[in-house]
Amino acid sequence: MRIPMSWLREMVPLPLEVSAREVAERITRAGLEVESVETLGGGTSGPLVVGRVESIVELDEFKKPIRFCQVDVGAEHGGVRGIVCGARNFSVGDLVIAALPGAVLPGDFVISARKTYGHASDGMICSERELGLGDDHNGIMVLASGQVGDDAMAAVGLGEDVLDIAVTPDRGYALSVRGVAREVAALFDLPFDDPGESLAPLPAPSADAAPWPCSVDDATMCELFTLRRITGFNPAAPTPEWMKRRLVACGMRPVSLAVDVTNYVMLELGQPLHAFDGDKLRGAVRPGRAGSDTTFETLDHVRRTLDATDVVIRDDTGVIGLAGTMGGLNSEIDDESTDIVLEAAWFVPEQVARTARRHKLSSEASRRFERGVDRVLAPYASARAAALLLEFGGGSYDGMTAWEAPYAPIAISMSADLPSRTAGMPIARDTVVSLLERVGCRVEGEDDLVVWAPSWRPDLTDPADLVEEVVRLVGYDHLPSRLPMAPAGYGLTRDQRLRRRLGYALAGLGVDEILCYPFIGSTELDALGISPTDRRRRGPVLANPLSEEQPMLRTTMLPGLLAAVRRNVGRGMSDLALGEIGRVFLLRDDQSATGVTDPPRPGVHGRPSDEDLETLHGLLPDQPRHLGVVLAGLRDQSGWWGPGRPADWSDAVEIAVAAGAALGAHLRVEQGDGAPFHPGRAARLTLGDQAVGWAGELHPRVVAALDLPPRTCAVELDVDAVLALTEDLAAAPRVGTQPIAKEDLALVVDASIPVSAVEQALREGAGDLVEDIRLFDVYVGPQVPEGHRSLAFALRLRAPDRTLSADDITAVREAAIGAAAERFGATLRGA
Amino acid sequence: MSAPNKAFDPVSVSSLEPAAVDGMVEAALVAISAAGDLEALKAARLAHAGDRSPLALANREIGALPPAAKAEVGKRMGQARARVRDALDARTAELEAERDARVLVEEAVDVTLPVGRRAMGARHPLTTLMERMSDVFIAMGYEVAEGPEAEAEWFNFDALNVPPDHPARTMQDTFFVGTEDSGVVLRTQTSPIQLRAMLERDLPIYVVAPGRVFRTDELDATHTPVFHQIEGLAIDEGITMADLKGTLEHLATAMFGEGVRVRLRPSYFPFTEPSAEMDLECFVCRGTSVGDPANPCRTCSSEGWIEWGGCGMVNPRVLRAAGIDTARYSGFAFGMGVERTLMFRHGVTDMRDMVEGDARFTAAFGIEV
Repeated sequence: MRIPMSWLREMVPLPLEVSAREVAERITRAGLEVESVETLGGGTSGPLVVGRVESIVELDEFKKPIRFCQVDVGAEHGGVRGIVCGARNFSVGDLVIAALPGAVLPGDFVISARKTYGHASDGMICSERELGLGDDHNGIMVLASGQVGDDAMAAVGLGEDVLDIAVTPDRGYALSVRGVAREVAALFDLPFDDPGESLAPLPAPSADAAPWPCSVDDATMCELFTLRRITGFNPAAPTPEWMKRRLVACGMRPVSLAVDVTNYVMLELGQPLHAFDGDKLRGAVRPGRAGSDTTFETLDHVRRTLDATDVVIRDDTGVIGLAGTMGGLNSEIDDESTDIVLEAAWFVPEQVARTARRHKLSSEASRRFERGVDRVLAPYASARAAALLLEFGGGSYDGMTAWEAPYAPIAISMSADLPSRTAGMPIARDTVVSLLERVGCRVEGEDDLVVWAPSWRPDLTDPADLVEEVVRLVGYDHLPSRLPMAPAGYGLTRDQRLRRRLGYALAGLGVDEILCYPFIGSTELDALGISPTDRRRRGPVLANPLSEEQPMLRTTMLPGLLAAVRRNVGRGMSDLALGEIGRVFLLRDDQSATGVTDPPRPGVHGRPSDEDLETLHGLLPDQPRHLGVVLAGLRDQSGWWGPGRPADWSDAVEIAVAAGAALGAHLRVEQGDGAPFHPGRAARLTLGDQAVGWAGELHPRVVAALDLPPRTCAVELDVDAVLALTEDLAAAPRVGTQPIAKEDLALVVDASIPVSAVEQALREGAGDLVEDIRLFDVYVGPQVPEGHRSLAFALRLRAPDRTLSADDITAVREAAIGAAAERFGATLRGA
Repeated sequence: MSAPNKAFDPVSVSSLEPAAVDGMVEAALVAISAAGDLEALKAARLAHAGDRSPLALANREIGALPPAAKAEVGKRMGQARARVRDALDARTAELEAERDARVLVEEAVDVTLPVGRRAMGARHPLTTLMERMSDVFIAMGYEVAEGPEAEAEWFNFDALNVPPDHPARTMQDTFFVGTEDSGVVLRTQTSPIQLRAMLERDLPIYVVAPGRVFRTDELDATHTPVFHQIEGLAIDEGITMADLKGTLEHLATAMFGEGVRVRLRPSYFPFTEPSAEMDLECFVCRGTSVGDPANPCRTCSSEGWIEWGGCGMVNPRVLRAAGIDTARYSGFAFGMGVERTLMFRHGVTDMRDMVEGDARFTAAFGIEV
C-alpha cells in the first residue's frame, strides 16, 4: 500500500518536523513494514511552471509529426515561449507543465534552450514519466485546473514522499490511508478523527427519486449490501487534479471521474466500491452464487467460465460482476454514463478469496475483501463517494437501498495480565486497556477483561491477538532476554548420528556432496532404461510442476546427479565424484499418482484422533532417504608418480561398501543385473535377504542417451533401509593372541562362479579357525583350462587357545578346499 | 705356536714381551684410524683383531708361559685387545654415522611435489550449516525433529492456523502433489514438523528441525524453488517472548560472535501470535556503515540489520490442534532460511551456486562451515 505523506498528514496532525523516514521507522517497528520511502519526481528541480498552450503549428516535414507550440508560462517566467513537442494529445487552451531552461528532470536531465526541428525550443512540455510521477508516456500531462505561471512542482505533487508498506494478511485495515493514519496517531500519541465514522452530508433525494433496488440472494457470501444512485451525472466532468495526483502517487491510473472517485475512496477509507451504469442495469442488483450461469466477461475483457459456487453480482439479465473482485463489461461505466449506481458491500472474505483464486484474478478490491474490510463501513464510504461525485460531476442524488445481516462484534475475554505473562515483562493493566483502546477496541473489566474488537479489525479474535497489539505498541525492543531451561536431552538419535557419519565418510572417500532438485521426468527414466513396470516409474506427480518436462518427484537419486555431471563437465571439470543424501518418493501399491480426491480434513480445535492421523499419514508416499553417488573421469589423478586411474565399477562398489560401513552395516556384494547398470558390471548390495542398493558401471546405452563421460559409474543405496536392518550395538570381537598360521591356496574354478561365492565356501568349509580369507590373485591363461580361472586366496588361521599343529592346518585347508570342490567343482591348482 | 708349558719351565715368549704387544696395538690403532670407510675398517679388523692377527696369535702363546707368569701376561693381553676392540667400535660408529648421513642426503626428495592422487571430498555447506546450527540447540538440551517433505496439507496449513481460502495460503506458492485437492503438498515450510513434534513427543518439548522446503519460485540469484529452513520450537510452562529473544541471541552469538544483537519487529505468521520478524545486527559492520557512504557494508547494504527469519509465540490455536493444554503450556517457535544464512555469513552472492551442483562450490567449503 502506497501512502502519500500529504494525505496522511491531512488525517493526523503530525508535527512538520516529523519526517517521512521517521514515520516509516516507527510504523515498521510496530508491524507495518515500510519497504521504501519514495520521493515523487526525486531529483527534479525548477523552474517548472504551469503553462497554457496558445497556438500550435504542425511541422510535417519530419519523419514523425512534430508540433511547434507557443506556451504562455506567465509574465514572471518570460511570458509566451516557443516550445517544440512530439506529443499530440493536447490542444490550444490546454494547461500543461513546462520545464524551462535550467530545470532538471529525474535522471539528471537538464533542460536548456536549443534549436531543434528548425525551431528554437525554449523549454519542454512534460509527460508523467518525464516528471517521475508515473509510467504514462503516451502523451504530455494535461492539467484539469491550475493558474498560468504557478509552480508546477506543488501542483502535481512533485517532491512528495510516499511510504510503500508491505501489508501482512492480518492487517487489511492498513490497506487504506485511514488505517495507517490511525496507527500513526497511536504511535505518535496524536488525536485521530476517524473519517470512516462520519457520514458525508448528502442532499435529501427528491420525492420522485427512485433509488436502485437491491436484495441479497445468498447471505453466506454477503452480509451487507448497499446501492446509492446518482442521476444526471456529467460523464465528461474531469477528475480534479489533486485527486488524479493522489491516485497516481498510490500507483493507480486515473480513468474517469466516476471510476476515479471509487478508487480514491477505497484508498482513503479501505472500502472497495463499484460503479454500475444504471442505463445498463435491469431489475434489482443482487449478490449471490453463479449457479447455472456459465460464462461472463469481466472488465479486463476476459471471458470467464464460472463455477456454480463463484460469488457474483447479478441483475435480471444475468451476471454483472464477480462479487468483490471485478465488475462486468456489460454494466461498465463509459464516457456517456449519466446514471451512476454505486455498490458498497461487505462480502465474506473466504468466498471472495476462493472466487478470485479460481479465476487467478487478484484485484485491489479482492485483496481488501480477502483480508477483511471494515464490517460497517460500506454506507459511510458510499456516502463519501456520492458526495465527491455530486461535487465534481453534478447530477442529483436519488437515495440508497441496503440489505444487512445482523452484526455484533465478538467479545474476547482476556486476563489483564496475559500480555505481561506472554511478553515476560511487566505491563500494567491500565497500559493494556489504554493501548487496546488506542487501536479501537472497547474494553470492560478489571483483572478479567472483556474486549470488543472494532469493526475494522476482523483479525482480532483471540486473546493472543490482543496480546500482540499490546506488546507491539509497548515495543518489542523493550522485551527482556532470558534463556529457558530445557530438560536434559539425548542428543542426536542413532540414525541422525549415523547419517552425519555417512556424510563425513563420503567426503573422506573423495565425494563432493551436492544438493539436487528432486524433480524428474519420464524421459530421464527412459534414458536410464527403467522398465515401465519398475517401481521407480511410480513416483508422485506434481499438479503444478515448474517444468512440464519434470513433473514427477524423484524415485531415484541418479537423474539429478547425472545432470550435475554433465553441467560440471560442461564447465571443464572432468574428474568427478558427486554425491547426495536425500529423499526419494515412491507411491505404494494402494496409491495413485493423482492421489485421493476427497482427503480427510480433521478439525483443528483439538488433537486429531489416531485414526485421523493414520489416514493423513496414509496420504503420503514412501519417502526413504537414499544415497546417490556418481563417478566420472579419473578416480586417481596422474602425476609424477605415474598415470592416473579412471574410475571404474570397483570404485563404485568400494564407496557403497564403505558407505554401508559408515552406517554400521556389512553390505554383501552380489553379481547383479538391473537398470541403469551395465549388465555385467553391476553389484547388488544386500543386507540379510534384502536388496538395499546398487553399485557399478552404467549401461553404455544410458551413458550414450544422457551424454555422459564414457564408463560413468554410480551408486544408489537406501540409507533408511540399511539403518533399519542394522544392529544397534556391535559385539566386541575376541582378539586372539595365539600364533597365526598363514596358508595360501590357488583354486581353479569355472569363470562364471563369483569370487564371493568361492570365498564363502572356503570360509564355511574352514570353520572357526579361519580369522580372515583374502583373494590376492586371479589368473586366466594357458595354465588353466578354457573357461576357468585360478583364484589365489590367503588364509589366516588362528585358534583361541593353542598353537595350531601341522595336522590342524592340514585339516582346515582340506575342509576348505573340499567345500569349494563340492559346491563349485574347484580343484587345487597344480594338484 | 709354542707347546704347552707343562713342566712349568721359566720360558720366555718374545711375542708376549710388553714392547712387542704395544707395537701390535699401535699398528692396529694406526690401521683403524686410517680406515676411510667401512670396507677398509673391515680389512683392518681382520688384520688386527681377527683370528690370525698378531695379537690373537700372541695371545695363544700365553699357554707357553710358566703358570706364575700367566696371570700377569694374560691381564696385559686382555687390556691390549680391549684397546683395539674399543678403537674398532669407535671407528665403526663414526664411519656408520658418516654413511647414514650420506644415504639420507641421497634419499632426500622435494616434499613440495604435488601429492594429491585423490582430492579430499567435501560436504555441501548447507548441510554442514544446518548441522552446526542444530548443534547449538542440542547443546542446550534440544533434540532434532524430522518430518516428510511430501506432507499432508493438514500439517502444512490447516493445523497451523491457515484455513483453506485464507490469504496466508497464497503467501507461499505451494507445489501440490497429485492434484490441488489431493491433500498432499510439498511442505512450504519446516513448521509442520513443529506440529508433528507436538503430536508425537511428551511435554515439555524442545526441538530444532532443519529441512528442505519447496515453493513455486523460479530459480534466480535470490530465489530457488527448493531451499532449506531451520525451525526451533520450545513448549513448556511459562515460556515467554523473553525466552524467545534470549534463545535467538544465543544462536546469534554462536553463529556470528559475541555481542551481535537481535531485533524483533512485529509481523504476521498464522502459526504464531504474537509474531515477529527477526533482524540480526550486521556482524560485519555492527551498524557503523549506516549513514556513512564512505564506508559501505556489502553484507547488510549499509542497513545495519539483516533480516534473518520469523518467530513468535506459538499460536494457542496451533497448540489446541495438537491437544496441548493452553492454560498450562505456552511456547515459542522460530525459523530461518539456511540459504540466506549461508549467503550473508559466507558472502555467497548468487543462490544458483548452491543448487547447480558445481563441484567447485562444494569443495571450497571442505567439511565444516
